[in-house]
Amino acid sequence: MTRKRKLQALAWGLAMTLAPLGIMAEGGEKQGKLVHVADTRGLTGFNLYFADLYNTNRLLFAIEAVLITVIMGVTLGILMDKLVSVIGLDLSKRSVKE
Amino acid sequence: MDFFTITLPISGVEINALLLVLLGVAVGVLGGFFGMGGAWMVTPALNIFGFPMPFAVGTDLCHMAGKSIISTRRHAKFGNVDMKLGFIMLAFDVVGIEIGARVVMFLEKLGLAGPVIRWVYVVFLALIGMLVFYDFYKKQQLDKAGAGEVQSAITWHETLHKIKIPPMVKLPVAGVECSLWLPASVGFMVGLLAGFLGIGGGLLMMPALVYLIGCPTFVAVGTDLFTIMLAGLYGAFTYGVKGRIELLAVLIMLAGAAPGAQIGTIATKYIRGYGIRLMFGVTVICAMASVILKQIGWGGAASWVIMTAVSIMTLVVIVGMFKGAAQELRAKRLSHEGH
Repeated sequence: MTRKRKLQALAWGLAMTLAPLGIMAEGGEKQGKLVHVADTRGLTGFNLYFADLYNTNRLLFAIEAVLITVIMGVTLGILMDKLVSVIGLDLSKRSVKE
Repeated sequence: MDFFTITLPISGVEINALLLVLLGVAVGVLGGFFGMGGAWMVTPALNIFGFPMPFAVGTDLCHMAGKSIISTRRHAKFGNVDMKLGFIMLAFDVVGIEIGARVVMFLEKLGLAGPVIRWVYVVFLALIGMLVFYDFYKKQQLDKAGAGEVQSAITWHETLHKIKIPPMVKLPVAGVECSLWLPASVGFMVGLLAGFLGIGGGLLMMPALVYLIGCPTFVAVGTDLFTIMLAGLYGAFTYGVKGRIELLAVLIMLAGAAPGAQIGTIATKYIRGYGIRLMFGVTVICAMASVILKQIGWGGAASWVIMTAVSIMTLVVIVGMFKGAAQELRAKRLSHEGH
């Protein structure tokens, strides 16, 4: 390797090492963890089940998360409807316009 | 307050559950009232509470889907949801989002993504804010001139309805008959901007439905929530597969969002459409101020502006709802006594 080539390689190496520091100094955000594993120690019941599912089967975790969200949304919606109708508000029509 | 501190099982974040409930209430109220997902409030708030950004986005999307189910059910009962319009706009919205995201990738390669996106966001928020205030001003002028009940003082939709490129569609709930290409192109443009700006799109969809399609404000709010619900469910699934949802936080926020969404949605029964538009304009201007502050490096002030605006607007809507409900109950009691 010629002296010129050695200098070029050294310059590249230095640039590659310092570049992330420069980006961080300019306020670049730190990268989050690419692979995240839930810590299941000390968990019980619902939390343990979902943390385990999260660690072992992401597809099933996603499906169950969406289903639980839908069920919770519908259930809470129905409960709130009942509560509002007990108060006596008429929710079938509106009187105000634009 | 330590009593409410919990450790979330997946992200390991320690958080005060009461804060999550209150955030859920605020987003439920404003989302149900304005027809928005509220990602612009929830994602930064969760980030401030200690969630890593990808978890903040995924958790927000999942919560947004659940909350929109509650609001959409209520709006559907009021007859405010035009499903046909929602499906057409959503189909083209998705294509627009994909292209918008690709433009962002291209800008990222050039190293221009961050500042360009933020300034385009500021320009659009300023335009929407000005449009809403101009519309309100024009409506006041029309009222003074005794023009009677008008749906909108800005009538761009009437001009757009004259373009009759087949096929034509009838949108009965919105009370509109127009070329299919009108909602399709508006959906595409909203999606393009939403994908480019990295937001849910409710902030853009609501004024687009009012001023470009010609929907009454209430139908715009209901239909917007319907599309947000579908988009949120897809977002929840895809972020779930990527492992960036904190389900326990979603459920706690939903417990707060359920009564909040009811209050926000029922408030649309008592507050006139133009009142909703005006409050929407103020919220948009606060969101714009927050983005500008963030851009000039005042992150703390940006969060303060957004949280103050959210708190004040939530209180205004809650007070409006309770005042309207009290009046209705009083009128009912009087009518019973009269009989």
